[in-house]
Amino acid sequence: MTTLDATTPEAAPASAPPRMPRPVPRARRRGRGWRPTVLTYGLLAAFLLGSAFPLYWQILVGSRESTTAFDSTPPLLPGGNFFSNASRVFDQVRFWKALSNSLIAAGAITLSVVLFSTLAGFAFAKLRFRGRNALYVFVIATLAVPTQLGIVPLYILMAKYGWVGHLQAVIVPNMVTALGVFWMRQYLVQAVPNELIEAARVDGCNMIRVFWHVCVPAARPAAAVLGVFTFVMAWNDFLWPLIALNPENPTVQVAIDQINTGFSKDFSLIMTGTTLATLPLIIGFIFLGRQIVAGIMQGAVKG
Amino acid sequence: MAATTMTTPARQRLTVKQRLSRLDVKLSPYLFIAPFFIIFALVGLFPLLYTAWVSLHRWSFGSDKPEAYVGLQNYQRLWHDELFWNSLKNTVSIFLISSTTQIVLAMLLAVLLNEQIRFRTGFRIALLLPYATSLVAVGIIFSNLFGDQFGLINNVLGWFGLNGIAWHTDRFPSHLAISTMVNWRWTGYNALIFLAAMQTIPKDLYEAARIDGANTWERFRYITVPMLRPVIIFVVITSTIGGLQIFTEPRMFDPIPGTGNGGASHQFQTITLLLWQEGFRNFHLGYASAIAWALFLIIVVFAIVNFFVVRRISSAEAEEQ
Repeated sequence: MTTLDATTPEAAPASAPPRMPRPVPRARRRGRGWRPTVLTYGLLAAFLLGSAFPLYWQILVGSRESTTAFDSTPPLLPGGNFFSNASRVFDQVRFWKALSNSLIAAGAITLSVVLFSTLAGFAFAKLRFRGRNALYVFVIATLAVPTQLGIVPLYILMAKYGWVGHLQAVIVPNMVTALGVFWMRQYLVQAVPNELIEAARVDGCNMIRVFWHVCVPAARPAAAVLGVFTFVMAWNDFLWPLIALNPENPTVQVAIDQINTGFSKDFSLIMTGTTLATLPLIIGFIFLGRQIVAGIMQGAVKG
Repeated sequence: MAATTMTTPARQRLTVKQRLSRLDVKLSPYLFIAPFFIIFALVGLFPLLYTAWVSLHRWSFGSDKPEAYVGLQNYQRLWHDELFWNSLKNTVSIFLISSTTQIVLAMLLAVLLNEQIRFRTGFRIALLLPYATSLVAVGIIFSNLFGDQFGLINNVLGWFGLNGIAWHTDRFPSHLAISTMVNWRWTGYNALIFLAAMQTIPKDLYEAARIDGANTWERFRYITVPMLRPVIIFVVITSTIGGLQIFTEPRMFDPIPGTGNGGASHQFQTITLLLWQEGFRNFHLGYASAIAWALFLIIVVFAIVNFFVVRRISSAEAEEQ
């Protein structure tokens, strides 16, 4: 926090002009923006600390005793109880079941959203058909419709057909999103040249093969970003799985909610649970981080 | 002669092929969009409309038929239900606190990331990690950090000789804590969106302003902010739709999450939390549907307000130019 000295903000503009000649080409290449100061790094470090701390806290408490969560001067480093806590988590809830359920559900939802969004996005972006504009306006309008509010009839329907407690009750309602169609259409409009489609037609490709051989390869970058975001959303979904599933067949979110209920809470156990639940996605984000960041930023400019 | 007899069957085959091909061109688009529209109609649109019908009935959890048609009784009850108005107040309060601070923080963060910093990708990835964290986990962790008795935040306040704050018991502090949770998850994400938009602003504008003697703040205020308006509006609208449906954060913040009370005196019960409680804890599906439909209308009202604000801002922009 020493970086918040009152002198640093003024130092920035004052020191910038004399240094101008040399950094200019570099500045052009790396985007505009003024030169960073100690204040910049100080504030960024503060944001970073704020982002990381809650994640660190769960590991800290999860690897120690329950009382650590309430220490007036908590330890700085994790302890050695993580694995014993983890085995208690596995005893208490069906965590393996939850983990595989979450993987299957989020994976199936992702595949289906990406496939159907690419299909519809391709049709809206590149094919001519009667009613195209009206139908696309409908898609745009449904972007703002909170379909989540249909949970009561959805539950009634699922109960009627005996789907409650089964994984398909979580998968089927999330198989398509209007946002996905919008996203793929925006991307495909400029990513697939019309000439390429015509050339493929001349070569005798039917439309399905045009889709497969022309559209799909071009759609890959946007489809990957859509896939990542759909997966994160599906993995973290809670309201509907809480209603549609039960403790015998939970997703990860439902399982850690289960550990968290009860009057006397064992926080080392609970935090081990949250750590186990968040770890897969965090690891994925660290590995794919560069592409995900690029995806968000490209999407922001196009949308 | 031989040539013509050869071509006739060939031409016929070609026309069949052509006909098929024309059919293919005509029908394929509909086949491509069909999965989206069929599934959306079944699991998105139909339940939403059916909610209106369910809301006109007394309908208990566990039965697949309504018990009785009650007309608008559920809505009358809603109008006089203090818990509903309470939840509406809480939802709007949490939404306003979180979205305003979030936009300011995300903007600040984007400005920082836009400088020529080292480890830029590393910073961006690290600031995106909260987005990948599950809401249930976030809710549990923050509820613990904001503990009224021995939570870490109150402990830290104690180091400085300050009194602890009743983060869970008091209404406003609880809204603040829940907003912190929301912002923790979304600030980095929105900062990246702002950053992307900032990088499309022409550099000449800044150089011209610099030559005209504009300082850092003035360049930010008169160039960056106006150029970012469309993106700001986009972020506001998306956070409105999501923010008004907030459920997991307040539910997990409750020390006894299973009840759906949103605190002992409902001090942070949101509309969706009330919906869940009425429908799936008290088993009044008809009444829960009335709440859902009311929330839908509220979101529509907010969207229309947003729309007019957007129009006003963009017309003001046009006048400026």
